[in-house]
Amino acid sequence: MRILWRILLAIGLPVVLVAGWWFDSAGSEDFYQPALSTIVDAFGRTWTWEMFQEQVFPSLWRLLAGYFLAVLLGVALGALIGLSRSSRQVLEPVLEFLRAFPPPVLVPIAILLAGIGDRTKILVIVFGCVWPVLLNTIEGVRARDEVLSDTCRTYRITGLLRLRHLVLRAASPQIVTGARQALPLAIILMVISEMMAANEGLGFTVLQFQRGFQIPEMWSGVLLLGLIGIVLSLLFRLAERSLLGWYHGQRAGQREF
Amino acid sequence: MVSVAARRPRVTGRRYRSVTLGALGLIGFGLVLEVAPRIGVVPIDFAPPTSQILVTLVEQLDQGSFWTALLRTLTTWASGLAIAVVAGAVIGVLLGSLPILRAATATTIEFLRPIPSVALIPLVIVLYGTTPRSTITLVVYAAFWQMLIQVMHGVADVDPVALDTARSFRLGPWAKVRYVVWPSALPYVMTGLRLAAAVALILTITGELVIGSPGLGKEIDTAQQSNEVRTVYALILVTGVLGVLINLVIRRGERALLSWHPANRAEKGAA
Repeated sequence: MRILWRILLAIGLPVVLVAGWWFDSAGSEDFYQPALSTIVDAFGRTWTWEMFQEQVFPSLWRLLAGYFLAVLLGVALGALIGLSRSSRQVLEPVLEFLRAFPPPVLVPIAILLAGIGDRTKILVIVFGCVWPVLLNTIEGVRARDEVLSDTCRTYRITGLLRLRHLVLRAASPQIVTGARQALPLAIILMVISEMMAANEGLGFTVLQFQRGFQIPEMWSGVLLLGLIGIVLSLLFRLAERSLLGWYHGQRAGQREF
Repeated sequence: MVSVAARRPRVTGRRYRSVTLGALGLIGFGLVLEVAPRIGVVPIDFAPPTSQILVTLVEQLDQGSFWTALLRTLTTWASGLAIAVVAGAVIGVLLGSLPILRAATATTIEFLRPIPSVALIPLVIVLYGTTPRSTITLVVYAAFWQMLIQVMHGVADVDPVALDTARSFRLGPWAKVRYVVWPSALPYVMTGLRLAAAVALILTITGELVIGSPGLGKEIDTAQQSNEVRTVYALILVTGVLGVLINLVIRRGERALLSWHPANRAEKGAA
């Protein structure tokens, strides 16, 4: 019974909402707000396998390339800066200043500097997403446990071993927090760089539908973008669970005492 | 006591050092951006040196159109943020204090939250056109979730002993929210406000750039279209300064509102 109740709680509201939308919009005469059945129909017609190959996969590839480059760069620079106190003091105000820029303003600059190719979009994503990762890594590296640091020194663990098992391990919860903050930014930047500077890609296609008043197709594009956001955040959570399992276990253990 | 007194000058000395180093860093950064285009590391036509950007910025400050755009951006940002914060706080308190509601809405929230707000851009264009209302809708959607999640966590995190005490003193529901729930949730609320304000600025500029609702973002787009490269950079610099100022003001407010909070008191004691 309890399991049934929990399932009901979990899917009850979404089912009610979708059903409400379906029946409320059924037979809609409003040009801009078509019936959900029309949108679903358009979804199947619009997002075919060819469409995915031509418009969706290139976008996703740029998104992932930019995102992973940003995480790598953020962790590498963050570890370097975090380990040295004076470089931290010199660079922190600059980094805080750069982070305060709303990342979408990068798109016009990137267009000026690199045109409207793949490189521009990846550059925009990297430059927009690197700050949360970088600043969180610096913070995580700085705040590593002193006893563990001393233990490492006592056992003369240095170099790469120290980096891997002490520095990055200690900073990993913070790194993951930064990476989590960067993910929605990456999606935003992918979409708007394609809306502003592209002749292909998901953002461009959806905006084209709007300009051509293909309203059901446009709604289906909005749904697809939403689905991509949901799937990426689920994937992130799976990755986090396997990467940080030790940390959540430790925290839960501490809470019990 | 002696050791505390002896330590004090060293601490201020350290702070002085870190402020100087930070200022040096900023100046150095400006110098690099000044020199790099001049010696040809980056094309000077597309990446003007710092001094030229600053001159253009000063020229902009003289123009009425700049101030109108800035005011429009700030209005859009503030109205979107205000709606999101109030809605997020009210719904967050409701969901946070009623576990049954929280359980019933959990999956819906998990599904709606990751939907990128920019996905709504085509929708708001066909519904509201290139008006500030379009941009405000995006801002509200993006900032609302930041606030909601923090407030929900904050309200759910209230000390059970404090709640029991409130019940022993027979506090009414309103008094309970006012004197027990709200103060314990306040640190979370302020974090939510800070995150929401940053996201709101991002979406304000995005909306103005992409949708073309009036404001700094639209001015940047116009300058880029007409190839006024220095104006592009000067206006972008303004958005960055705006971001820094918003962050500073909210952190100030956080410190003032939460001066009673143990985390802040401990910090002060240690400094």
